[in-house]
Amino acid sequence: MTNKFKAFVLGSAISAATLAASTAQAVEIEYWQYFFDARVSAMEQLIENFEAANPDITVKMTHFPYADYRTKVAAAIPAGEGPDVVQLFYGWLNDYVDAELIQPLPSDVFAPDRIDAEFFPMVQAMKDGGHYWALPTAVRSLALFYNERLFEDAGIDGPPATLDELVEIAGKLTQHDGAGNITQVGITTGMNAQDHHWFREVLVRQFGGEPYADNYQTVNYNNDAGMAAAAFYTGLEQEHGVTAAGFMDEPQAAFKAGMAGMHIDGSFRIGSLNKIRGLRWGVAELPAASDGTQSNYSSYWVNAITSKAEGERYEASVKFMEYVTSDEAMQIWLDVVGELPAKPSVGMTEANANHEVYGPFIRGLAYANTTIFANESAQRQVLMDMVQRVGIEDQPLSEALAIAAEAEQDILDEYYAD
Amino acid sequence: MPFRNSLTIRQKHILWAWSFLALPVLFYVVIRFYPTGNAIVLSFQNWNLLSDRTWAGAENYIKLWNDEVFWKVFKNTFVYLLLGTPFSLVISFFIAFHLDRVRFMHGFIRMMYFLPFMTSAVAMAWVWRWFYQPVPVGIFNNILATFGIPQINFLNSTTNALPSVLAPAVWAGLGFQVIIFMAGLRAIPTSYYEAARIDGVSGFTILTQITIPLLKPTIIFITVFSSIGFLRIFDHVFNMTTNNPGGPLNATKPLVLMIYDTAFNGFDMGYAAAQTVVLFTVLLCVSLLQLYLLRDR
Amino acid sequence: MTATDIRPTTDGLLTASKTPIKRSYGQYIRWLLLFLGGIAMVMPIAWMISTSLKWPHEVYNLKLIPDEPTIENYTYVLEDGRFYGWFLNSIVIAMVTTISNILFDSLVGYTLCKFKFPGRYIIFIAILSTLMIPTEMLVIPWYIMSQTFGWLDSYWGIMFPGLMTAFGTFLMKQFFETVPDDFLEAARIDGLNELQIWWTVAMPLVKPALAALAIFVFLGNWTAFIWPLIVTNSPEMYTVPVGLSSFGDEADVAWELIMTGAAISTIPTLIVFIVFQRFIIRGVVMAGLKG
Repeated sequence: MTNKFKAFVLGSAISAATLAASTAQAVEIEYWQYFFDARVSAMEQLIENFEAANPDITVKMTHFPYADYRTKVAAAIPAGEGPDVVQLFYGWLNDYVDAELIQPLPSDVFAPDRIDAEFFPMVQAMKDGGHYWALPTAVRSLALFYNERLFEDAGIDGPPATLDELVEIAGKLTQHDGAGNITQVGITTGMNAQDHHWFREVLVRQFGGEPYADNYQTVNYNNDAGMAAAAFYTGLEQEHGVTAAGFMDEPQAAFKAGMAGMHIDGSFRIGSLNKIRGLRWGVAELPAASDGTQSNYSSYWVNAITSKAEGERYEASVKFMEYVTSDEAMQIWLDVVGELPAKPSVGMTEANANHEVYGPFIRGLAYANTTIFANESAQRQVLMDMVQRVGIEDQPLSEALAIAAEAEQDILDEYYAD
Repeated sequence: MPFRNSLTIRQKHILWAWSFLALPVLFYVVIRFYPTGNAIVLSFQNWNLLSDRTWAGAENYIKLWNDEVFWKVFKNTFVYLLLGTPFSLVISFFIAFHLDRVRFMHGFIRMMYFLPFMTSAVAMAWVWRWFYQPVPVGIFNNILATFGIPQINFLNSTTNALPSVLAPAVWAGLGFQVIIFMAGLRAIPTSYYEAARIDGVSGFTILTQITIPLLKPTIIFITVFSSIGFLRIFDHVFNMTTNNPGGPLNATKPLVLMIYDTAFNGFDMGYAAAQTVVLFTVLLCVSLLQLYLLRDR
Repeated sequence: MTATDIRPTTDGLLTASKTPIKRSYGQYIRWLLLFLGGIAMVMPIAWMISTSLKWPHEVYNLKLIPDEPTIENYTYVLEDGRFYGWFLNSIVIAMVTTISNILFDSLVGYTLCKFKFPGRYIIFIAILSTLMIPTEMLVIPWYIMSQTFGWLDSYWGIMFPGLMTAFGTFLMKQFFETVPDDFLEAARIDGLNELQIWWTVAMPLVKPALAALAIFVFLGNWTAFIWPLIVTNSPEMYTVPVGLSSFGDEADVAWELIMTGAAISTIPTLIVFIVFQRFIIRGVVMAGLKG
């Protein structure tokens, strides 16, 4: 009896000791992202799963409103307020690397070759100096939204597969009133929305060019290919009259109001379109060029480990990064947030690749490119101005294009100067 | 107490003044002047918020001088001032003057004029953008069409955009100025009007010889303050042109929008600081000029 | 009967000799024009409210009366448990800053107006000059300051930049100019010290300005966005504008929710306005006081 008793006491003492030891080793890491209902829910789920699998790590999530998220993070980190793992937009990577705010992902766990193979190609933009600095859980791409009811009414079978078909179908969908004012556009256009991405990464390539050279440091669309692409785009309004800039204030408004036949937009639009009762819409891959060339633009938010994470917190952060870039995490993200998985292993499953809504977006990822911007809003403004010079000031397209290319090159030059 | 008694009345006077001012001056120095000094120093540096600051000498200012967008923006800012201040001053005085003399539903009517000032600028800008749309959507163009007048392209035109964007700003600010004018009108002692009545003076003379002169402090305040406001205009323009900030083709871009863009989109804090210093100088000069011209002689 | 009835309007006095019909004719026209002007002023707000009562699919059909009105947006915003916290934060902050401004801005305005001392004009210009730096440029130094002193994510952190304003100081100074020096002298002779003179003699005479100041400071702090956004971290500390901005993200702006938020936000400012505007009406009836 005494032996058993001793064994019992010893056993409980040992287990108490190990319990104390493991709680003493519990690490807490901090994660920051911007606030959006679905993303926060999804991340909470991921954190729950992660903490269950790793009982000695807790993750504390802090989120901020999207407005000025970048300024918020930029002000906080240098003031010493940083998280261990931070979410940032892919376009900010260079700034964050230069400022030494984040550290590269360890090459043993995140071997560049393996990442290259496992993720969609455009994620390679996150690689610098031989290792990866950040990885996305989810990505976005562009596709062609179309209004099914308007298509039926006009007797059109299905969405256009080529650019020529696009123009033709748009023509059938455009309507005017008695006084000649446009009341329904065949396709929406607006460089302020996603069209500037469509121009850069899709149209320019489809007309035989490459929008940038030297790893996005040199503007390369002031040539025949660029001219052809720009002529196609501005031609939609000027020549074919199938669209009107500023119609219904912004492209997505026109589409939501049921006054546009087609609309090119990103996968993030799906959520808000679902809320519009009575709008029957479908999605198709972006039209191919007449020679079959397809291209797409993909953007993404990535997670990275900050330079503040050291020792135990660093180890915990690496494990966390591993989990949030796992297949399981991506599927959860797709289901909860509706953002596309960053890996073909998740994206190209039967169910996902042929999904009615997500399918066209996911299939587009296989041939998508990601622009490395120096200052996205300034570079977007350059193309907006180009279209307005042609539309409002009647400037010849070749001049407007040249001015745009020069202005954008100035932006890039200044950014890469140091 | 001997010390106290040895102070003259004048010195006591000054002592009181400074004791009243001590805490506020400290506040302003810490909260406003120190950051302002910071900004002035920053204009001679390069900083992108993340890395360290580096000295750049007069680089930012030279860049500003050569930036043609800056000169367009500079001109826009003054146009906002020269159109906005006189219009809003005259309209709001007119409204305040007559509203003062209305009794029936006075409070309700006053509330109607003030309501736009209280309402979210973002929401109002959205509504105004729809008003400006072409037929068949936009109200203004629909009204023009009913009278057979050809449509006007309000926002999508480099000439019309600035006044079109200014209109909601004036509209929103009217309530503010009306209230201030009314407070000023109400502060005029009625004894003046009584004396005028006894003297049998006409309404117009009362207006020009009594009311407006006695309103001078109020007028000075509104002129200087609204000038500063229009030179600093940002919220209204930003909200009205969200899809194409400062557009089309920089036609509506005021200086503060350029500062915001440089600082929070381009993260070029040094360049933004240089623009801020320019704005500050302009505002200071304009205000001093107005105070000088409007001073009591 | 309100004070307006007691206050003699120039019109009433001077046109007494004219025929009653003509007088009321002019009055009616004036009233009508003002009323119609008021309606025109309020049109955009009518649209805002109309949008807040619409389902998302109706937002872009631009009719004034929605086909299917709904209060769904309001329930969505109000049922969000966090909303009440934001509301409370905004109220506390707006009230404290309003009181602080009423006290300090009038003190400073009074001093700059009624005391003659060397450096007086310089201080006035210096304070006025604080209006000339856009808030956007001050946000970063304020953040660093708050972070150093531990004011982040707190009421004090949100409030401190707005406790005194050049706007209020300037306004009060101009209104104190209308207070005759004789009153102050009389009070001095009576033995009151300067602080008492300011509080008991001068302040009551500028009530309309104080009321206007209260309205504007409350409004300004209620709608402040950039600084509260930057200085707060936890959703519990958000003010109403910051909280409402979390209903949209980079891709999706739910205008019907924004309009709802805007409509709800207007209510407290409306209440403050209704309460304080009475003081502007009553004005100062100084019959017989001024020699």
